Amino acid sequence: MDDVILSLEGVGKIFPGVVALSEVSLSIARGETHIVLGENGAGKSTLIKLLAGIYQPDSGTIAFNGAPYEPKTPHDAQQSGIRIVHQELNLLPYLSIAENLMLESLPRRAFGIVDRKALNRRAVALLKEVGLDVDPRTRVEALGVAQMQLVEIAKALSYDSKLLVLDEPTATLTPPEIARLFAIIKRLKAKGVTIIYISHRLHEVFEIGDRVTILRNGRLVATRDLHGLSVPDIVRMMIGRDIADEFGFDASVVPGKVALSVANLKRDAATPEISFAVRHGEILGVAGLVGSGRTEAMRALFGADPKLDGAIEIDGKPVAITAPKDAVRHGLSLLTEDRKGQGLLLDLAVDKNITITDLGKVSRHGLVNRRAEAAAANDLVAQLRVKASSIEQAVRNLSGGNQQKVVLAKWLFRGTSTLILDEPTRGVDIGARREIYQLLWMLAAAQKGIIMVSSDLPELMGMCHRIIVFSKNKIVGEVPRAEFDQERILSLAYQEYVRP
Amino acid sequence: MTETSEPLVSAPVSPGRAKFLRFLIRDAGVLLALVLITLFFSVSAPYFATPGNALKIFVQIAINTVLAAGMTFVILTGGIDLSVGSVLALCTVVGATVMINESLSPAAAITLALLACMATGAVCGFLNGWISTRWKIPSFIVTLGMLNMAAGAARVVSDNSTITGLPQSFVDFGNLIIGGFLPSIFLVAVLVIAAGWFVLRFTVFGRMIFAVGTNDEAVRLSGHNPDFYKVAAFTISGLTAGIAAMVYLLRLNIGSPIAGVGYELNAIAAVIIGGTSLSGGKGSIIGTLVGACILQVLSTGLQLLGVGDNFKPIVIGLVIVLAVILDAYRERLLRRIR
Repeated sequence: MDDVILSLEGVGKIFPGVVALSEVSLSIARGETHIVLGENGAGKSTLIKLLAGIYQPDSGTIAFNGAPYEPKTPHDAQQSGIRIVHQELNLLPYLSIAENLMLESLPRRAFGIVDRKALNRRAVALLKEVGLDVDPRTRVEALGVAQMQLVEIAKALSYDSKLLVLDEPTATLTPPEIARLFAIIKRLKAKGVTIIYISHRLHEVFEIGDRVTILRNGRLVATRDLHGLSVPDIVRMMIGRDIADEFGFDASVVPGKVALSVANLKRDAATPEISFAVRHGEILGVAGLVGSGRTEAMRALFGADPKLDGAIEIDGKPVAITAPKDAVRHGLSLLTEDRKGQGLLLDLAVDKNITITDLGKVSRHGLVNRRAEAAAANDLVAQLRVKASSIEQAVRNLSGGNQQKVVLAKWLFRGTSTLILDEPTRGVDIGARREIYQLLWMLAAAQKGIIMVSSDLPELMGMCHRIIVFSKNKIVGEVPRAEFDQERILSLAYQEYVRP
Repeated sequence: MTETSEPLVSAPVSPGRAKFLRFLIRDAGVLLALVLITLFFSVSAPYFATPGNALKIFVQIAINTVLAAGMTFVILTGGIDLSVGSVLALCTVVGATVMINESLSPAAAITLALLACMATGAVCGFLNGWISTRWKIPSFIVTLGMLNMAAGAARVVSDNSTITGLPQSFVDFGNLIIGGFLPSIFLVAVLVIAAGWFVLRFTVFGRMIFAVGTNDEAVRLSGHNPDFYKVAAFTISGLTAGIAAMVYLLRLNIGSPIAGVGYELNAIAAVIIGGTSLSGGKGSIIGTLVGACILQVLSTGLQLLGVGDNFKPIVIGLVIVLAVILDAYRERLLRRIR
């Protein structure tokens, strides 16, 4: 490797209780697209935060462009030409796209007045570069997640970045959006931009990556040319063992009677009615593009958002659900797509998160029995193999996969007959993901009804007995397992959008 | 789930030590500050370290402690209650009016007055909570409105005059110093703190208060009604304002429509200095007691040092700001300890 843009020598970072990174040495060549893979907790986020100037290394050195690189703040990092597109988008929703793009150096006229013309002109140019065809005066809140992602990338480009770090950019994107993102990445690469690309989706990295670095438990396992590697090779390096079948479809689990049926559910005057049902012991997939109304339908069903009309039956009996507490009382559980914002009490401990769904179970006369609570929490933590230093650890400090397990644990603690899971494996690493799949099969075998909303089509096709497809708030089709076909499901998902 | 899991990364801080560190940072810090401030004034301020002065501090701290106990509940849920000072004023005139009713025996009058104070306060608090949750209005605004309404109501009830002539047995109880070291009204304050501590620490209700303050949407989606707990917290704050009004009557022996001006800010200051986070979900009521002590020790100590009335508020204001800065720093430290 002749031209190294970024090099790490023996870099380590320790937090009280955890060695986040240890002795990581790595060289990134100028102009390459370098993939970084690893399970959650492997050290990817820490690595990014070191580059971003959010953390400082405890040991080792980093050199960028041949000079020592020691950013103390994210601003320092940007000044040096390293730009990071974080997984959680950092846009200001009430400002326009153009203002977001150039927030750090708005073009000015005399007396510090913003030069709107220049602002919008430059914004148009930047948006063109990432292939986003929207008016730069649009407020960011009006955009979809995929578009926001592109705005973030455009923003990164606006600063003449030499090194662009993309942290799981495809986590919320649909296949066509991913294809477009990849086209942009390739174009940037052709222009000489060096890219570090972090992902959980193994299949996609081959398309854009030159080399791959794999982290495990804070240590660097290997850096290799992607050419000649296979997915199983990578998985083996990531988790240190083979994974035969990720999903583990269990043919012995046979759906029984209808557990939950929804008839003519209407959210508001503008959206069409929807009807569907899930059986006991069935995993029902819900496919569709991001923004196709899947999440909204599930939230309305659960009583999280208001609905106009609709008949819900549980085990054949009609039930009235106007608030989440009604749904929970009738044995429904909802794992939301936003686990930090809506699923967890981040600053509270693991045990308190688990028992929140039914404190009555571990209390008497209104007093919490801490011993019973700890016992119940410890049981579930062991059963779900939650990696935590103890049940007293704040869930904020757990990795994404372990946080998701805590959300599942809280519903298992309550006891549930039908689970609605919205993007249950988003941001979850492959090892924890597989454990979640296994758990779902265990629940299905125990005759629970499971509704699984996901943007990851291979996941749905691997896990589900049936898939219903949303397109523009409508259920446009239902595909049984025997007829699963990626193309067919995708064309259903697009159906309502391509029609005039 | 039969595979062996990866070994956990080696941990330089053991769980036991982490727990101790957490205790030190979260709880012991404020107490240590109180001890240091007390030591400082004991050495530097004349008459500070005398039994008489200690008693005076215990007496002066009582009202604010009771108010701050209820305020802790509200702040833990992420709200704020600006109305407690004028709700206290309203309660003092209501309580005093009931108490001077000559058709009642002193015992009956005192009991009724206590109930009337608590009921008046609780109703005001309930209205605060109900209005702010029902119409999703920030509690800052609603309680600001209640501050004015209760102050006005206090004038109406009292016909804009102070009410005197409370029963002698009541006045005597207010002056009582149990065992020569424990003023009766301080005992009341300690009992209120103890009750609050018990509720927050051991009951399901207390747990829900913390949970709602941490993430009310997650609580709602877990099948609860977070608004119930928010309304309850405001009702408790109103209730303690009513109890604080009784303490006020015990101490000053008058019901006054202009009582309690600015008390809400002292109560909030005690809660914040005590380490309860303004964003909700984190804090402790013992910290609140310590916070109230710090405020009073500072105030008395500065006075004895001869710091003028003009400079005293500047120092106290600085301490409040310092406490919030320390709070932010404490959060950062805590987050690092797993």
